[in-house]
Amino acid sequence: MQNPTEQIRDPLLIAESWMAEGRDVAIATVVETWGSAPRPVGSHLVIDEAGNFEGSVSGGCVEGSVIAEAMDVISQGTPRMLEFGVADETAWQVGLSCGGRIKVYVERLG
Amino acid sequence: MDPYCLKKLNAERRARRAALLLTDLGDGRDRVIKEGDPVAGLLGDAISQAFLSGKSSLAEIEGRSFFLNVHVPPPRLVVIGAVHISQALAPMAKIAGYDMEIIDPRTAFATPERFPDIKLFAEWPQDILEQRPLDPYTAVAVVTHDPKIDDQALERALKAGCFYVGALGSRKTHTKRVERLKALGSSDDEIALIHSPIGLDIGAASPAEIAVAVMAEVIKAFRARGLQTARNLEKTV
Repeated sequence: MQNPTEQIRDPLLIAESWMAEGRDVAIATVVETWGSAPRPVGSHLVIDEAGNFEGSVSGGCVEGSVIAEAMDVISQGTPRMLEFGVADETAWQVGLSCGGRIKVYVERLG
Repeated sequence: MDPYCLKKLNAERRARRAALLLTDLGDGRDRVIKEGDPVAGLLGDAISQAFLSGKSSLAEIEGRSFFLNVHVPPPRLVVIGAVHISQALAPMAKIAGYDMEIIDPRTAFATPERFPDIKLFAEWPQDILEQRPLDPYTAVAVVTHDPKIDDQALERALKAGCFYVGALGSRKTHTKRVERLKALGSSDDEIALIHSPIGLDIGAASPAEIAVAVMAEVIKAFRARGLQTARNLEKTV
């Protein structure tokens, strides 16, 4: 359910307006969650080629990593599936301190 | 994502119509499906289920992996009547996540002092509903007791297929209302959908308690919406 603030800052509407301005855009979508995940399946984060972003796929825990991957997706054009688990699962990976796991699909717009 | 799909999806969302973005995770292709669009086989079943539950999910179908992102409009509550019940209902609707607005042409009732922080229209319902049309994701509660104000809104709510239509008044009042609605052209089936007396039967007495009963009845109707649609689908199959 959306509250009025979310309606104003709707990632998909923002992605469309960015596209109309000629910016290159990637869309990240939560496609699966396990355990306690901060954002529900279907949530979006949209990113432009300069690294500007709107929306969220977690409570801010993994956005940085998703944005970095999204920049690659924008330049290469191939979609990617990212998976994030708890922070201490693997030393090199960012993670979710809440203990949940999420799968995020990142694709280029156009 | 195909830019055309994004535009189409956003257009549906802006128009407050349910839509689903189907993405084939194998090749990245996507398409927009509107509620009621025919899709065959197991994928079609998964899509119907997503519209009913309002939940997005992955689906593995015949060796292919799909993501079904369903967009259902946020529920809206239109209250005809800026009365004491509506004053109690406004903060409750907000807490429950409903976007509420109040319409009442009586300017003495519809004042910002009585209704802070809510969309308020001191106009006739038929004029406002022309600009802000009702739809199946909208609930309508008429609470003025005045047929001149209530009836037009009721008739429009029934025609628009609002998921909830409630009308304040005793059984006797409602009997008279039914006659007037028939004269306005509402069918018996449509009229039977009106919740009257309004609100779940919790023995509500005060305006605030009646507001609780109305809010509960609206939530019940919204959550049962999937079941209703399922029954209709069964009938068509």
